[in-house]
Amino acid sequence: MKVALFVTCLNDTMFPATGQATVALLRRLGVDVDFPKAQTCCGQMHVNSGYVPEAIPVVRAFVEAFAGYDAVVTPSGSCAASARHQHKIVAQRSGDPTLISGVQGLSPRVYELSEFLVDLLGVVDVGAYFPHRVTLHPSCHSTRLLGVGNRCERLLGAVRGITMVDLPEAEECCGFGGTFSMKNPDVSVAMGADKARHVRESGAEVLVAGDNSCLMHIKGLLTRQRAGVRVMHLAEILAAQEVAA
Amino acid sequence: MIVTRTFLGTPPFPVAAKAALANSQLRSNMRNATHTIRDKRARVIGELDDFEQLRDAAADIKDDVLANMGRYLVQAEEALTRAGATVHWARDAAEANRIVVGIAASHKVDEVVKVKSMATQEIELNVALEAAGIAAWETDLAELIVQLGDDLPSHILVPAIHRNRSEVREIFLREMGKVGMAAEADLTDDPAELAGAARRHLREKFMRAKVAISGANFLVADTGTLCVVESEGNGRMCLTLPEVLISVVGIEKVVPTWTDLEVFLQLLPRSATGERMNPYTSTWTGVTAGDGPQEVHVVLIDNGRTTVLADQVGRQALRCIRCSACMNVCPVYERTGGHAYGSVYPGPIGAILTPMLRGVGVDEATDALPFASSLCGACYEVCPVQINIPEVLVHLRAKVVDSHRTGVPGALQAAMTGASWTLGRSSRLALLQTCAGLGGRVFGRRGLIGRLPPPLSRWTDARDLPAPPRESFRRWWTRTDGGRRGAGSQPDGMGNERSEK
Repeated sequence: MKVALFVTCLNDTMFPATGQATVALLRRLGVDVDFPKAQTCCGQMHVNSGYVPEAIPVVRAFVEAFAGYDAVVTPSGSCAASARHQHKIVAQRSGDPTLISGVQGLSPRVYELSEFLVDLLGVVDVGAYFPHRVTLHPSCHSTRLLGVGNRCERLLGAVRGITMVDLPEAEECCGFGGTFSMKNPDVSVAMGADKARHVRESGAEVLVAGDNSCLMHIKGLLTRQRAGVRVMHLAEILAAQEVAA
Repeated sequence: MIVTRTFLGTPPFPVAAKAALANSQLRSNMRNATHTIRDKRARVIGELDDFEQLRDAAADIKDDVLANMGRYLVQAEEALTRAGATVHWARDAAEANRIVVGIAASHKVDEVVKVKSMATQEIELNVALEAAGIAAWETDLAELIVQLGDDLPSHILVPAIHRNRSEVREIFLREMGKVGMAAEADLTDDPAELAGAARRHLREKFMRAKVAISGANFLVADTGTLCVVESEGNGRMCLTLPEVLISVVGIEKVVPTWTDLEVFLQLLPRSATGERMNPYTSTWTGVTAGDGPQEVHVVLIDNGRTTVLADQVGRQALRCIRCSACMNVCPVYERTGGHAYGSVYPGPIGAILTPMLRGVGVDEATDALPFASSLCGACYEVCPVQINIPEVLVHLRAKVVDSHRTGVPGALQAAMTGASWTLGRSSRLALLQTCAGLGGRVFGRRGLIGRLPPPLSRWTDARDLPAPPRESFRRWWTRTDGGRRGAGSQPDGMGNERSEK
């Protein structure tokens, strides 16, 4: 199986450690993951903001970068959902039959990290060690658009040393919402403030999620409050191992 | 006499929402109310093992109606006429109002009683009646609270959801006496006492009124039967006591047969109030001699619905049965309340229905509505007729943007065009990352950026921004051959990229 990492533009630019952790984790599980350098972005920001024609070159770059792979794995539920559900809208708008068929072939082969691990590799225990109190924010796009169900909980539950604690009102949106966070900053912050409060109430040391976009927003509020809660991407916890003394 | 307020002049959503968020009483009322209904709904939906099949059936029935609307409407008109009702067709709000006012005026009345109805809210019928010197008394308890309080509805099912009971008591004490039977001076905020005051106040109007106006939840095409679903029984008083009954019905309310009601009467109360069955389900078919209203009118309104029907993605919004489950679960609506949406249809369904009924590209407030969502999808998850609200929101955002493409591009258009160019080729993204890394070193403190100038202050006013790292992922991959050589190949799993290195 030829596997490509779609790191996402956000992780590539802002959170390279998430990409590095994904690579380390997949290698440890025997997957020789490749990083096609022609990749850029899924185009979600454009589509969700109403700029569909502007998303056409972005989706075209996506299809060209990943066309030759059997599976594309990405550490983002939101970007996986974009590839699976929105690329066809963009391709239709382009009217380009090559792009339409390219998207048709590629979209179903794009997997969010937890889906890839549990469904394609068939692993739940990835051999990680992380002796901390952790709570999970199940991001909306993973939960509702992809339907990843309890895959993240199962993966985290198998990590040695970890203590998982419940996040109150976990299913509620954090309020990031892409450009929503800039177009409606007051509502976005009001939602995020409640999420941050729930994170503090959970008593966790670490907040984990499968999307750094949500985490960037929640962390932005937590650090402003000097809340002392760390945020980490799922890949980083799953990549963590006991350091040999 | 009461003068009904309208939503005209509501500022665009981000501005109205900012004001609403500052109202801590509103926030607390909304949080309590939405969470209570949300939990009740989840409990009674959980009892159904065929909920998903019911949703499938409901969506299928509505899609059949939308695909064959002309046929079902003509069938309904024939059945209604046979049963002794008079059917009127109204293309828009003005036409519908003219018809209703005309009928009421022909009976020389100066007041009508009203059953809670979204269609009459949508066409602002009360304003038209008042202009003709006819008082329109709302008889639904929550609508009464809104009307007496010189207020606007903020929810389609519980229009006074933004009020708590002590506010309701104050409104009753202050206002009831001005328009009818006053509340007792020793009225408390006990819900039973408040309901008692409303009952006495309304009873007087029920006994006196000659003309009633209603909407309808369903219109059964093959029999011409109208159906109203309610909790209080005040609707049934209006539907049975007056001599003349005028029902204003959106054309999408038609269902083919009585059998189809089986599906909707299971879904609607559970999705709406979280009840297995609502207390009052009234059905009537034209005129019954010697029983109930002897003059029955049905006004079928389009008012933008056929335009919505022509939109292949947006037409699913016409499946809506006005249950309000979407607003009760919406994290945005919960925090802003309904008034910020500037429409009788607030919340997620309002954010798609209002722009489609009004048309986009005309006014700023309408165009802001499809953007009043984080696209979390909670609405779609609960919708009993499976309206994919996030899908329609994204579709409408594109329509809004497309409607503004002529003329000088704004800042966002310029940014999106720039981003499209940058993300169209990886070498350009790499260049941007180099610049971002430099910027991070200039502006970052302990890995965070605290304050930025407008428009970026929209982020940094309340949130820190992570400083971009010196090395992007793609540069790391190139430098280390994908982590196979050199430093930094093994992340320590401590999230250190977000702290100072």
